[in-house]
Amino acid sequence: MDSTILYTIISLTAIGVVSAMILYVVAQKFKVIEDPRIDDAANSLPGANCGGCGYPGCRGFAEACVKAETFDDLFCPVGGNETMKIVAKAIGKEAVEKAPMIAVVRCSGTYENRQKLNIYDGAVSCAISSALYSGDTGCKNGCLGLGDCVSVCKFDAIFIDKKTGLPVVDEEKCTACGACVKACPKLVIELRKKGPKSKRIFVSCINTDKGALAKKSCSVACIACKACLKACPHDAIVVENLIAYIDFEKCKLCRKCVDVCPTGSILELNFPPKKEKPADENAQKNDISSETNAGVAATIEKKE
Amino acid sequence: MLKTFPKGGVHPPENKISKERKIEELQLPKTVTIPISQHIGAPSTPIVNKGDKVKVGQLIAKSSGFVSTNIHSSVSGVVNKLEEMLDSSGYKRLSIVIDVEGDEWLDTIDRSKNIKKEVTASQEEIINKILDSGIVGLGGATFPSHVKLSIPKGKTAEYLIINGVECEPYLTSDHRLMLEKADEMLVGIEILMKAINVNKAFIGIENNKPDAIAHLIEKAKSYKGIEVHALKVQYPQGGEKQLIKALINREVPSGGLPVDVGAVVHNVGTAFAVYEAVQKNKPLFERVVSVTGKNLNQTANYLVRIGTSVNELIEAVGGLPLDTGKVVNGGPMMGKAIGSTDVPVTKGTSGILLFSEKESKRKDVYNCIRCGKCVSVCPMGLEPFLLMTLSEKAIWDRVESEKAMDCIECGSCSYTCPSSRPLLDFIRLGKSSVLKIIRTRQK
Repeated sequence: MDSTILYTIISLTAIGVVSAMILYVVAQKFKVIEDPRIDDAANSLPGANCGGCGYPGCRGFAEACVKAETFDDLFCPVGGNETMKIVAKAIGKEAVEKAPMIAVVRCSGTYENRQKLNIYDGAVSCAISSALYSGDTGCKNGCLGLGDCVSVCKFDAIFIDKKTGLPVVDEEKCTACGACVKACPKLVIELRKKGPKSKRIFVSCINTDKGALAKKSCSVACIACKACLKACPHDAIVVENLIAYIDFEKCKLCRKCVDVCPTGSILELNFPPKKEKPADENAQKNDISSETNAGVAATIEKKE
Repeated sequence: MLKTFPKGGVHPPENKISKERKIEELQLPKTVTIPISQHIGAPSTPIVNKGDKVKVGQLIAKSSGFVSTNIHSSVSGVVNKLEEMLDSSGYKRLSIVIDVEGDEWLDTIDRSKNIKKEVTASQEEIINKILDSGIVGLGGATFPSHVKLSIPKGKTAEYLIINGVECEPYLTSDHRLMLEKADEMLVGIEILMKAINVNKAFIGIENNKPDAIAHLIEKAKSYKGIEVHALKVQYPQGGEKQLIKALINREVPSGGLPVDVGAVVHNVGTAFAVYEAVQKNKPLFERVVSVTGKNLNQTANYLVRIGTSVNELIEAVGGLPLDTGKVVNGGPMMGKAIGSTDVPVTKGTSGILLFSEKESKRKDVYNCIRCGKCVSVCPMGLEPFLLMTLSEKAIWDRVESEKAMDCIECGSCSYTCPSSRPLLDFIRLGKSSVLKIIRTRQK
């Protein structure tokens, strides 16, 4: 009886030792040498695996960071500049500062502004609805309000406002990963510069119909009248394909276009409420020099 | 035992309300809107300008590729505009709008009523004539007919199969055509047989049209090589692949064409259009459309000029009933609800179906209970529940490997689902996404 126990222990120990030796040899022989910086970088990333950087998951991004020579094309939209600095430090490279971005819904076609012409009762999916027809209102480009953007958002940062039927982006939560931009079949959502103190101006319409038709289907549609184009002192606005677009790189947030838009399709967000005179002071305080302003104003007068 | 296809299928209530109504010519509309894309393939190129005078049957848009076809004016009058107009696809597409003035036909069209039985045109002439006349599959798929008739090299057709099944509930346009234009149709079938060089043609008709079967059997006696077969009533027997399986018991391989098994399938409406084109020199500019629905006082089968607004058809049967919930372009199974009644009838419009609000309402969607009904009714042997889940989760490579592209979009799965899940909607989404992926791969 005793010897049985003894033999068992000895034989098991022997098997264990032999297996351990085999495993050790194999582990040495087939060792995968990985840059330890990948782990360091991956650990400092948010770990949301959202794919907003364009790489498969955070580890994929970390690998790309280590391989890349410069950080010009690499950016984690979720972590932002802070995280990129840490990642760059871990790898030993220079981080490239990028302006924070945010998702912007370019449609103001609320229930009030856009009259419904028919009722869609099919599957609740914008992709399916848009494959069937142009939508339940007269606008062929606008938001369908069925929430494909909501279902793809991993950060719970977008929701459909029941009063308006339009998606609303939660500025605190949005990480500009771009999932909603890809999911929207109508291309309503765009990533734009978040702007100083989240102040932004954008054309909240993408209707490419002719003016009268666009206005008929939605009261706040862009009618491509080019009033904003003439008013913009910074050359930031283009009107192409019957729709105005503000280039956020060039826009200096002077709000001149907002005032002249006849339909109110240009939206300003997070600006302090306008007062009569202080507004002018603000405009001058903003990094627009009054000189350029005057110069452009003069050229406009000449043209007219 | 009546012939049928062996796998899957459903039997929805037939509701062929308008089957006794004779084909009537609809009054000429004031304007017509003719979209330049009424067929599968490349949109045609308009060759008229604003202000041009056109006659009935005049070419107004030219074929722009092999898989494309010609479009002819359905009325005489003046071109009002070329503009993007809403059509039954639900989107605005370039259309030619013509204001009607009188009814002046091209002189080349033979308008006499006598039936010209002798086929003098050669094989090549027939195919060219069919392309020139803008004939597409009139069963609803609108695939250009000349493409189907041009047999690829290395393949031979053995049989011509004529689709008189009309398995969609409600629709009766093909049924009426078989009863009223049997001789013309049979000559059309002879022409088609000559075009693909076969000496055997089968006409498949479902057994719920005994009058049409009897009538065609009687008439077909005087034509060589044409056989009429009664088929068991089962949806979707009108599907090309199902009909081939039912009639000649051959299975079209996955991703293949009917000609791979030696068959070419055409609709009865197409056969009639071919007769008119080849024997009477009349291009395709009008078609039979059933206007039907349970809450209509009067249903009808109209001979309608292409481009006529759906509104006019509904007005002609007494206007839109108050409790209308949906207007469907096509049948209840595969047809598509239209968002506006101000859309034109196109070459693919086989019926306009009106549903009351109660009938049209979709049921609440519940979770999949894994009953497998969708699998057992799928005529293509697919797993709709799986395809739907994969499409929902956007796993496109698996959607492709599970053969979503074989789906014929008959809707049997959605029809039979006890949880009323929108199976077909998601499968369609999957198909279109997979198609995009395949196209980028080919580039």
